[in-house]
Amino acid sequence: MATAAAIAEIAAPVRRRRHIDPVIVGASVLIGALVVVALLAPWISPYDPNSANILATNQGVSAAHWLGTDPSGRDVLSRLIWGARLSLLGPALIILIATTLGTVLAIASAWIGGLFDQVVSRVMDILFAFPGLVLAMVAVAMFGSGPIAPVVALSIAYTPYITRILRSASLRERNLPYISACYVGGVPARSICSRHLLPNIFPLLLTQAALSFGSALVTLAAVSYLGLGVQPPTATWGLMVATGQTAILAGHPGASIASGILIIVTVVAFNLLGDRLANRHAVQGL
Amino acid sequence: MPEPAAPLAVEVRDLVKVFRLRRSPGIGGGRSAAKTIVAVDRVSFSVAQGRSLAVVGESGSGKTTLARMAVGLERPTAGQIAVGGRERRWKHVGSRERRRRAREVQIVFQDPYSSLDPRQTVGRCLDEMLRLHFDMDHARRTERIAALLEQVGLDERHAAAYPRALSGGQRQRVAIARALACEPRVLICDEAVASLDVSIQAQVLNLLSDIREETAVSYLFISHDLAVVRQVSDEILVMKDGRVVERGQTDRVLDDPADPYTQRLLAAIPRPGWHPVADPESDLVTS
Repeated sequence: MATAAAIAEIAAPVRRRRHIDPVIVGASVLIGALVVVALLAPWISPYDPNSANILATNQGVSAAHWLGTDPSGRDVLSRLIWGARLSLLGPALIILIATTLGTVLAIASAWIGGLFDQVVSRVMDILFAFPGLVLAMVAVAMFGSGPIAPVVALSIAYTPYITRILRSASLRERNLPYISACYVGGVPARSICSRHLLPNIFPLLLTQAALSFGSALVTLAAVSYLGLGVQPPTATWGLMVATGQTAILAGHPGASIASGILIIVTVVAFNLLGDRLANRHAVQGL
Repeated sequence: MPEPAAPLAVEVRDLVKVFRLRRSPGIGGGRSAAKTIVAVDRVSFSVAQGRSLAVVGESGSGKTTLARMAVGLERPTAGQIAVGGRERRWKHVGSRERRRRAREVQIVFQDPYSSLDPRQTVGRCLDEMLRLHFDMDHARRTERIAALLEQVGLDERHAAAYPRALSGGQRQRVAIARALACEPRVLICDEAVASLDVSIQAQVLNLLSDIREETAVSYLFISHDLAVVRQVSDEILVMKDGRVVERGQTDRVLDDPADPYTQRLLAAIPRPGWHPVADPESDLVTS
């Protein structure tokens, strides 16, 4: 059956090696390291993060306290290490909830279309009108301060961003012939969505999740800073910026600066990661 | 000539498709000015089992809409489609019904670059179809995948490949293999070779006629390329603006066209000594 002319066509498939992006690797390693530190906090933190020592407040960098102590005499490094837990867990939960909800809504809108799509889009438009911070403050006012209310409020605030971007991507994929081919091939709608649509928008999903993570971390830190989230003495980076600021005027900015820098570094890592993932996706998309 | 006893694979009666182009409604929800386009206008035809019918016409003549209705991607405004003697319903088509129809009619699309899932290997793509339609164990499926790949002129190594590693011709072969995996009675080729270069076109066309001999599948061949049509079809249907303007045996229509539109379509094929402005009435020369 294969004619001589056809032999050229039956060449072995080409395998191309993936180009490794050093920025993606670097950002991932940094984020991974932060997660490991957060998990290992009980074993690696040199002091109890909550034990105050009024004889050793606002100390500078020393061999005993690598990053000094805060106005209550607590070890800054220990608090940063313990603070990583809630500071990372909060945004992680927000992003997990928002991307799950957003992805489901986006794919369902693109697939079902019609009235359902219209309603979802309008509801998302309405949610867009509320900034995350405002929504979080309203939630705290209604349900009281603590870690849960701001997380739920921010999850809802981030959902429309994810939904809008993934909906348009799903819509674009949905109209491609490979999805039509699945439909004609008798593949059930649920499988088309979960096994064909979802994997094809997944790089975009990952990008959006990474970018939103950075933003959620800052917003949640702001909520903490304002005293609306996790309550003292529990350590979170946002709260540490707030409690440290009383010492800034006294000439001891160490505690605030250390936690502020950590927030910035983490956010930049997530943004770089999201940005590079977006670039790579765009290149592959060609 | 078709044997009169041959059962009909597809029968289409008075098929109509009207598209409503709606201007986006204003914020007040004011009455939107609707414009209608009749894409397919009372088209009837039938294809006997194992035969091949070509639908030709310029872009916008409604031939792709016809194909999309035949596979259930578009719902006809009026008219009937019967496949294997069974009338098509259009309301409440469930998963099971769609799966049954998949074993009746399959389609190969024009663009091989977007008709395969980029995140699925060739093997998994075929496996998905086999799992869905047949009760086969893993070993039988692997065997069948190898057989399908061989049937379309690829080999087993390609099962592990992603579409991006394949050429346009190879991808189109995979698309054909996927369609054949369902063992359909009818295979619709919607400009299936139009985007391939000429030498690959010839190979894929040969492949399609080989497959017809092996499997007795019927073809509905949508094309604007009359040279392609002559090679693959028994009968031909010429469409213009959604209507059938001429039909008959391929050789008869192409050698001795009765309708002026078919004559102009044929006159527009570039050949030695051909000149684009030979026919001032023709609106085809721009294509």
